[in-house]
Amino acid sequence: MKADNEMKLEFLSKSQNESFARSVVAAFVAQLDPTIEELAEIKTAVSEAVTNAIIHGYSCEMGNVIIISRLIGNTVEIEVKDFGVGIADIELARQPLYTSKPELERSGMGFTVMETFMDKVDIESYIGEGTTIRMTKKITTVK
Amino acid sequence: MSMDFDYIDRMLIVRINGDIDHHSCEGIRAKIDKEIAKRSPRAILFDMEQVGFMDSSGIGVLIGRYKLISGGGGKAGMINVKPQIKRLCEICGLQKIIKIYPSKKQAISSIKE
Repeated sequence: MKADNEMKLEFLSKSQNESFARSVVAAFVAQLDPTIEELAEIKTAVSEAVTNAIIHGYSCEMGNVIIISRLIGNTVEIEVKDFGVGIADIELARQPLYTSKPELERSGMGFTVMETFMDKVDIESYIGEGTTIRMTKKITTVK
Repeated sequence: MSMDFDYIDRMLIVRINGDIDHHSCEGIRAKIDKEIAKRSPRAILFDMEQVGFMDSSGIGVLIGRYKLISGGGGKAGMINVKPQIKRLCEICGLQKIIKIYPSKKQAISSIKE
């Protein structure tokens, strides 16, 4: 389906950009007039996906993270893409409390949070090529 | 990221000012751990009034600090938690180990028991 609006954001995998990335997506989604709760959920899901790209995709080395967001009717689509190491076992990565980096004091709840706050979360990943997380959420616009 | 520390009856009260995400969590962890090492508190209370955003990186930091305190038999709690952060805490099951209290007074009396 053709998007009513679309944006693309590309930035270095620096942790300083996590706040910038979630704020940009929130500002873009604001066009759909979401509730404060919906906006907070989207910001959190984006933060989780971008953090994953930085910590796991690039293991804190430098690379590019791309966010593409589309508005289709009252649904928002968000893609967060990295070109890092990829995820070997996607089902395992989705498990609550699972973390591949326990030494970093990670909660292992990133994907669970994304799945709870968004309507749909798809993960596409290839070893050595990178990971794309696609999320969608319908905004219950009150006019 | 600025933080304020206060002590009441060997309870460390940590007031965090700003977002808690992967970027800020390293600084938060280092500052709190320094306080814990210096004062050996029996309990820790996180005042979240000035925290407008937190993701699961924050959950990791709070659980980590709880583990440090609970190793010596201590407890942990939170106050002034915004609804969206409370929801995140519920999803992650954080309230099983770090309870959210309606007021500072109640938190202090409950944690001391």
